[in-house]
Amino acid sequence: MSVRVGEAASAPTFAAAAKHLMGNDQLRRNVRNATEVIRNKRAAVVGEMSDWQQLRDTAHAIKDHTMRHLGEYLARFEENCTRAGGIVHWARDADEANAIAIEIIRSHNEKEVIKVKTMTTDEIGMNRALEAAGITPYETDLADLIVQLGDDKPSHIVVPALHRNKMEIRELFMRTMGLSELGTRPEDIAEAARLYLREKFLRVPVAISGANFAVAETGSVCVVESEGNGRMCVSLPRLLISVAGIEKIVPKFADLEVFLQLLARSATGERMNPYNSIWTGVTPGDGPREFHVILLDNGRTKVLADEVSRETLDCIRCGACLNACPVYRQTGGHAYGSIYAGPIGAILTPQLQSMEHSQTLPYASSLCGACYEVCPVKINIPEILIHLRNKIVENGDAPAGEQMGMKAAAWAMSDAANLSTARTLGRIAQMPFANNGVIHHLPGMMSGWTATRDMPSIPAESFRQWWAKRAREKRP
Amino acid sequence: MVGETRQGEKTVNANSAARADILLNIRRSVGDHAAICEAEYAAIPREYRHKGTADRSEILDLFASRLHDYDAVVYHCPAGAISTIVAAAMDARNKTSLLRPERLPQEWLPANRSFPVVDGLSYEEINRGEGVITGCVAAIAFTGTIMLRHSVGEGRRALTLIPDYHLCVVFADQVVETVPEGFARLKGMETQPLTTVSGPSATADIEMSRVKGVHGPRFLDVILVG
Amino acid sequence: MDQPLRRRKYTEITGRTPLIAIHWELQISLFIACYNDMLFPGTGQAVVTVLERLGHTVEFRQSQTCCGQMHYNSGYQADALPLMEKFLDDFRDSGVVCIPSSSCVAMIREHYPVMAEKSGRPEMVREVQSLIPRVFEFSELLVDKLGVEDTGAFFPYLVTLHSSCHSLRSLHIGDKPERLLKKVRGLTYVPLEDRDQCCGFGGTFSVKNADVSAAMAADKIRCVLKTRAEVCAALDNSCLMQIGGALGRLNTGTRTMHIAEILAATEASVPTGAGAHV
Repeated sequence: MSVRVGEAASAPTFAAAAKHLMGNDQLRRNVRNATEVIRNKRAAVVGEMSDWQQLRDTAHAIKDHTMRHLGEYLARFEENCTRAGGIVHWARDADEANAIAIEIIRSHNEKEVIKVKTMTTDEIGMNRALEAAGITPYETDLADLIVQLGDDKPSHIVVPALHRNKMEIRELFMRTMGLSELGTRPEDIAEAARLYLREKFLRVPVAISGANFAVAETGSVCVVESEGNGRMCVSLPRLLISVAGIEKIVPKFADLEVFLQLLARSATGERMNPYNSIWTGVTPGDGPREFHVILLDNGRTKVLADEVSRETLDCIRCGACLNACPVYRQTGGHAYGSIYAGPIGAILTPQLQSMEHSQTLPYASSLCGACYEVCPVKINIPEILIHLRNKIVENGDAPAGEQMGMKAAAWAMSDAANLSTARTLGRIAQMPFANNGVIHHLPGMMSGWTATRDMPSIPAESFRQWWAKRAREKRP
Repeated sequence: MVGETRQGEKTVNANSAARADILLNIRRSVGDHAAICEAEYAAIPREYRHKGTADRSEILDLFASRLHDYDAVVYHCPAGAISTIVAAAMDARNKTSLLRPERLPQEWLPANRSFPVVDGLSYEEINRGEGVITGCVAAIAFTGTIMLRHSVGEGRRALTLIPDYHLCVVFADQVVETVPEGFARLKGMETQPLTTVSGPSATADIEMSRVKGVHGPRFLDVILVG
Repeated sequence: MDQPLRRRKYTEITGRTPLIAIHWELQISLFIACYNDMLFPGTGQAVVTVLERLGHTVEFRQSQTCCGQMHYNSGYQADALPLMEKFLDDFRDSGVVCIPSSSCVAMIREHYPVMAEKSGRPEMVREVQSLIPRVFEFSELLVDKLGVEDTGAFFPYLVTLHSSCHSLRSLHIGDKPERLLKKVRGLTYVPLEDRDQCCGFGGTFSVKNADVSAAMAADKIRCVLKTRAEVCAALDNSCLMQIGGALGRLNTGTRTMHIAEILAATEASVPTGAGAHV
C-alpha cells in the first residue's frame, strides 16, 4: 500500500527548508501580511459570537463521536447516497483512488476535467496520475490556477498562492493565457481568470471535487467556497466525481449548522462564506447525470488507531492554525514539505506517512498553543506534537547526540547531588566561553543558539548554595 | 448495487475488497459500538445559540444591513407590489428580460418585459441572458445568507449561477435570525440540491485584497417583501 | 509573626498600609525550577525576599531537582516519569508550593495527570490530584492566594511585560502580572505590542530550529524596542533568556528581568545590573 501525502516523502528537514525559505523576503512579507489580515478578520467575527466556545465544544464532540462510529456512518452514507443515485467507491490508498477516477473518466471517453479546490486530490497526486493517463485537469480555484499555471506548489491550506504577489500573478497570467495586456489592479487579474475559466465551465463535461462534509443521514455532500467555481464544477458538467477522505463524514444534516458557522469564521474571517453547495446523489434535470464518490483511506485508519492523536482527523481544513502559528509566519507552507502545512501539517503529515520521512515536522513548533486556541474543533495540537515526538524517540529515531544529552540530563536531575555535580562540570566546561557573565559562542549542538543570541553563563553560586549559606548564617 | 453500473468486473471486486479492508481497519482501530451509536449521538452537548432574540423588525434591519455590506441593493416592498418593484429593479439595472424558473409566481412579473423559462435552455443561452429572477426558501439575517432550493423552487442550479445578475424575492417571514433557525427551515428538503448565498463570490488570493465577483452572479438585488 | 506585628512590619518597609489584610502566615515551599537554580539564582532570592517581606515563611527542600518538562516536551516521556515521581516524593507533605516559572506549573497541571494516568498506578493519580491545588506560579500566589497586589516595591524604570505562552494559555494568568507591576512605586508600565506572540524559546526548539527561533526572537525584540522600555519583564526566565539573549547580542541596552526581581526591589536595594539576562 502506498500512502502518499503530496511530496512529503522526499522533503528536506523542516529546519533546512525553513532556513532556505526565510531568505525569500517577498515570501516572508506575503506570509506575514496574509496571516495577519486573516487573523484579524477572524478575531473580529469570532468576537461577535456569544456562543463560539459552545460551538467548538459541540463540533469537537460530534467529530469525536463520528470517529468512534466511523464504520457505521460510512456505511450509512454509502447506503443513502446510493439510494439517491450516487455511486460510492472505496479506495485504500492514493493509487486505488486515482485508478478509480481514471477508469470512470475513460469509460466516458473524456480527456478533460475541471477541478474544484481539494487538498485531498493534491494529497494523492491525482493531477499527475490523470496527466499520465492522457487526461488534462484544469484547476479552477484562482489560487490553484495560479499554482498550476506557475508549475508551483501550494503554500497554505486556504490561500495556496499567498507566496505570490500581484505583479508575479499578472506576469504569469499574461504569459500563460496569451494576453498582450492586463491591468495591474487585483480586479483586472481576477477578471482575466474569470474569462479564462468561464469558457471551461460551460464546456468541459467532467468535474472532480472534494467534499468538505459528507452527511451520513442523507448521503449528501457539501462543498464550501468563495469564488463560485465550486458551484460551476458540481452543477454544470454531466459527470461529477467527488473525492472524500473518510474523516469528512458527519452524522446528520443538522450538524452542518455547527460546522458551517465555525468554518467560515475560522478560514476567511467571514460570517458565512459566499457559497455552500449541498447535493444528494443525482437530481434529474439539475446537474450531473452521473455522480461518483470516492471514499479515501490513504493512512487515515492508521491515524484512527492511535487514541491520543486520533483527533487529528477532526480537522475541517480551515487553516486558522496556520494563521495563528508564529513558526508558520516565519517560513510559509513550503517548509513543511507537504500540502498539509502549519500546525495541522506538523501532526497530520507524519501520521499519514508513518513518520518515515516527516520526522522533523513534530519538532517544527515551540508548543506555544496558539493553534489550539483558534482550532474550531478543539484539536489539542500541542499535546499531539508531544505525543509524536515521544513516538519518534521510542522508535530510536532521535539524533544520537540528543539522546545522549537527554540521558545525561536525566541522570543530573535524578538527584540533587548529581545536579550539583553537573553544575560544577558545566562551570568548568564553560570557562573558555564565559566572559563577564555572558557566553557569546558555544560549539556543537548549542552553536545554534549562540549563532544569533547570547547566553548567560552559570554563575558562581547557585540558588541552593545561596540558600544553604543563608541557613548556616542564620544559625546562632 | 454499489459500483455495478459502468464498472468493469475487476473494479467491482477491487472495490468490495477495498471496502472490506477499510471497514476492518476501522473496526480494529476503534472497535464496534454500533449498538450505542444513537444514544451517544443524542448525548452530544449542544449549548450553542439555536434561536435568536431579536424581534422581527430588528431581524429585517440586520438582514438588510448585511446585504448592504455585500453591495447588494435592497428594495423594501409591500405585499402585492412585487411586480412594480421588479420593474423598478430591472430599470435600475437596464434589464429588459430576466430568466426565471418554471414555478415562479406569475403575479411577480411586470408586463412589457420578457421572462423566458430556463428549462430547456443550453448553458450558452443562459450565459447570454441578462440575468435571473427567483425566490428563495429561507434567509438568515445574522450572516446575510439567502438559501436556495433548486429544481422545485428556484430552478436548476445553472439558473442562479451562470447569469451575472440575480434578482431575488425574499419574504419577511422567510427571514430568520440564526444559522440553526435557517437549517430548521430546510426540514424535509435536505436531499434536494441546495445552495446558500452570502454575498457575491469573492477571492482574496491576490495579495489578500478582497476582489468581489469572480464566478457566479456579480450583481445581486433583493426585494424584501412585507 | 502575629498579624498586627506583620502589618506594622509591612508598613515600616513600604510606608503604606496593605489594602487587603493578610489573614494567615503561610509556610511556602519554594520549587525554584532547575534552570533558575542554575542560571538565575537572583530570581529565587527575589522570591524569598518578597514572600518574607509579606510576612511568610519560606522553606526550600534541597532534594528538589526538576519537574521533567524538558524531557516530556522533547519526547522523552520515559525519562520524565521518574522526575515526576521525585517531585511528588519531594513535595508530598508540603503546604503551598510556589514556582517562579509558569511553564513548570503548566507541566504539573496539564501533563502530570496524563503521565500519572498512563502509569496505571492509582496512587500516583491520587498524589497528582492532591498536589495540583497546592501549586502556584509566583504571581498567582501573590494575587490569588495571598490577596496582594502591592508588594511594597520600588523600581523607577520604564518596564514592559512579555506574556509567556504557558502563563497565557495554560495558566490563564490574565492581567495579574500587570496589576503587580502597576503597584510598584516609581515604575512606568508600557504595554507590549503583540505580547501574546511566542518569543521563540520553546525549549529544545530554540536549538533544533534555531533559525526560526531567532526570527521569532527578532520579532519579539522589535516590539520590545518599540516601547523604549528599559526593562522587559516576564514570569519565565526561559522566555527572558531568549529575549535577553537577542537584546544583548545586538547591544540594545535593554535589559530583561524576572518579575520577582522587580517586585523585590525597594529604595534600599534597586538592582542595577542584577537579574540582567546578559
